[in-house]
Amino acid sequence: MILVYAESIDGNFKKSTFEAVSYAAGIAQSNGTPCVAVSIGNVDDAKLAELGNYGADKVVAVNSSKLAVFNAEGYAKAFATVAAAEGATVVIISNTYSGKAIAGRVAAKLKAGIASGVISVPNTGNGFVVRKTVFSGKAFADVNLTTAVKVLAITPNTFDTNTFGKTASVTTADGSLTDADFISSSVEISRVTGKIPLTEAELVVSAGRGMKGPEHWGIIEELAQVLGAATACSKPVSDMHWRPHSEHVGQTGITIKPNLYIAIGISGAIQHLAGVSSSKVIVAINKDPEAPFFKAADYGIVGDAFDVLPKILDAAKKLKAAN
Amino acid sequence: MKILVCISNVPDTTTKVTFTDNNTKFNTAGVQFIINPYDELALTRALEITEKQGGTVTAINVGLADAEPSIRKALAIGANDAVRVNAEPIDAYFVAEQITAYAKAENFDLILTGRESIDYNGGLVGGLLAEMLGIPSVNVVTTIEVENGIATMERDIDGGKEKVSCKLPLVASAQKELTEPRIPNMRGIMAARTKPLKVVEVSGDLKTSATVGFELPAAKGGVKLIPAEQAEQLIDLLHNEAKVI
Repeated sequence: MILVYAESIDGNFKKSTFEAVSYAAGIAQSNGTPCVAVSIGNVDDAKLAELGNYGADKVVAVNSSKLAVFNAEGYAKAFATVAAAEGATVVIISNTYSGKAIAGRVAAKLKAGIASGVISVPNTGNGFVVRKTVFSGKAFADVNLTTAVKVLAITPNTFDTNTFGKTASVTTADGSLTDADFISSSVEISRVTGKIPLTEAELVVSAGRGMKGPEHWGIIEELAQVLGAATACSKPVSDMHWRPHSEHVGQTGITIKPNLYIAIGISGAIQHLAGVSSSKVIVAINKDPEAPFFKAADYGIVGDAFDVLPKILDAAKKLKAAN
Repeated sequence: MKILVCISNVPDTTTKVTFTDNNTKFNTAGVQFIINPYDELALTRALEITEKQGGTVTAINVGLADAEPSIRKALAIGANDAVRVNAEPIDAYFVAEQITAYAKAENFDLILTGRESIDYNGGLVGGLLAEMLGIPSVNVVTTIEVENGIATMERDIDGGKEKVSCKLPLVASAQKELTEPRIPNMRGIMAARTKPLKVVEVSGDLKTSATVGFELPAAKGGVKLIPAEQAEQLIDLLHNEAKVI
C-alpha cells in the first residue's frame, strides 16, 4: 500500500500535494495496490474527496484543535501512526519546508530507509532504486533503499499532476496524539501575499550584480509581475543586502527547478548554476559574451540589461494583453 | 547550557563534481573540503549563545580521519571540544543513529545542524536525530534565541516565515540568515591543536540504503543567441517555441 502526505495550508491543498498524490497513485497502479492519502489539520470534506481526482483511493483525515497549525512532532506522529495502521510499504512526502520537517521523523518512527530530493519513480528491477539530486544539482545519485518500508521525499515541480478521476472514500483517524507531541508550538505565521513563493514558482526572473544597485530592481519586479513569475537573485546580491536572503538561489541558497529561469546580469558561477541548472528553459542576459551562463542557457542575449530589459518588458506586456 | 553542533565535511562550493570507479564514487582528487556552510552558521550561533549565557559547545562529525581538518577548524572557530564517530557517513539515517548513540547519554540542551549538507542535500539528519532522541525539532531556522529554557525561533515556510517557541531540549537546523560565519583567528587556531577531539567507534550496523551510482546532468544543446537590438524576440520564442510563457 502506498501512503502519501497531503499537505495543506489554511485548509487548502497545494499544487505540490497534487503532484505527490499523482506520483503515489502512479506507483500504486503499477504495483496493483491502493493509494491512501493522509491529510492532517482542518480541511473540508469536499476538498478531501477531491484527492480522488489525483489518484487517491482513500483519504484518511487526522484533525484536532492541536493540529490546526503545523508542528513537526505532532504531524509526524499522526502521519506515521496512520502509515503503520494502514500497513504502508512506500511513503511519499513532498520535499517542501514542512514536508522536510516531518520526513526524517517519519522515517525514524517507521525504521524506514529514506531518500529526499527524489526526481524519479522507483526502479524495482533490481532492488528499489530512486534518483535524487546531489551536490545541489551538479549531479544525480541513484539510491537503493533496502528496508521493508521506504520513505521518499519528492522534489516539487518535478512530477506532473495526473487526473485519475477516482472517487476517494474519506475516513478519519485520531493519530494517537498526546500533549507530549506538541512541545514546540507555532507563535505566529506571516506569509507574503500577492507574490509567488520562489520555491513553488514555475517562472523565475533573477538578477545579479549586473543590475548595479538595488534601486534598479523596479524593472525586474515589473517583468516578473507581468509574466507571473517569482523574483530571485545571485549570492553577491543577497550578501550586499540589495535583495533578501530568501531570494538567493544557488548551492548555498535555494535550489529551484522552474519551467523558465531568466538570469539577468548574473555571470553564472558554478555555485549559482548548481541551484538552477535543472530548470527546463534557461535564458541568460549578460553584456559579457564570455559569461559562463551562456554555456548553461537555452537562449542568450549579449547586451546591457538596461538596454535589453525595456524591450523584453514591452514585448511581455503586449503578449499578455493579446492573450 | 550544553550545545551539540553536527558538522559535515563537504567539498568546497567551487568544486567541479566528477566521479570515478564507473561512476560509483565521488572523485576527491584535488578537491578542497570544508565545514558544510550551514553547519558553520549553526556553530557560530551556538558560540554566540554560550558566550552570552555561559555553557559549552561540542562539535560532532561522523566521518573518517580525513574529516579532521574540518573538525579542527570547528575547534579553531571556538567549539570547546569535538567528537568524531569513526565511520564513512553512509546516509542520513546512519549518521543520525551514530549521533544519537553519542548524544543520548550527554543530555544536551540544544542540538544544532545545518539545514542540509551541500553534497548530498538530504536535509534529514535533524528530524531523524530528534525522533531517535524523542525530542522536538524545528527546521530551517533563520533566528534562534534561548532564554529560561525556552528557544524562540523563526523558520522558513513555503512563502513566508513562522515564529516557533519550544521548550529545551530540541534539535534545530540552521538556514542561511542565522548569523555570519566567523573566521578563526590565530589564537583560536593555536588553541584548537590542544582541544580534545575524541574518536568513538560505530554503534549498530543498521543499513537502510546504498548509493549505487552517480550521473552528471546531460550537457545543454547549445545556446540560441538573440541580437540585443531585437531583444523583444525573446518573448515570442519563449511563447511559441519553448512554450513556457
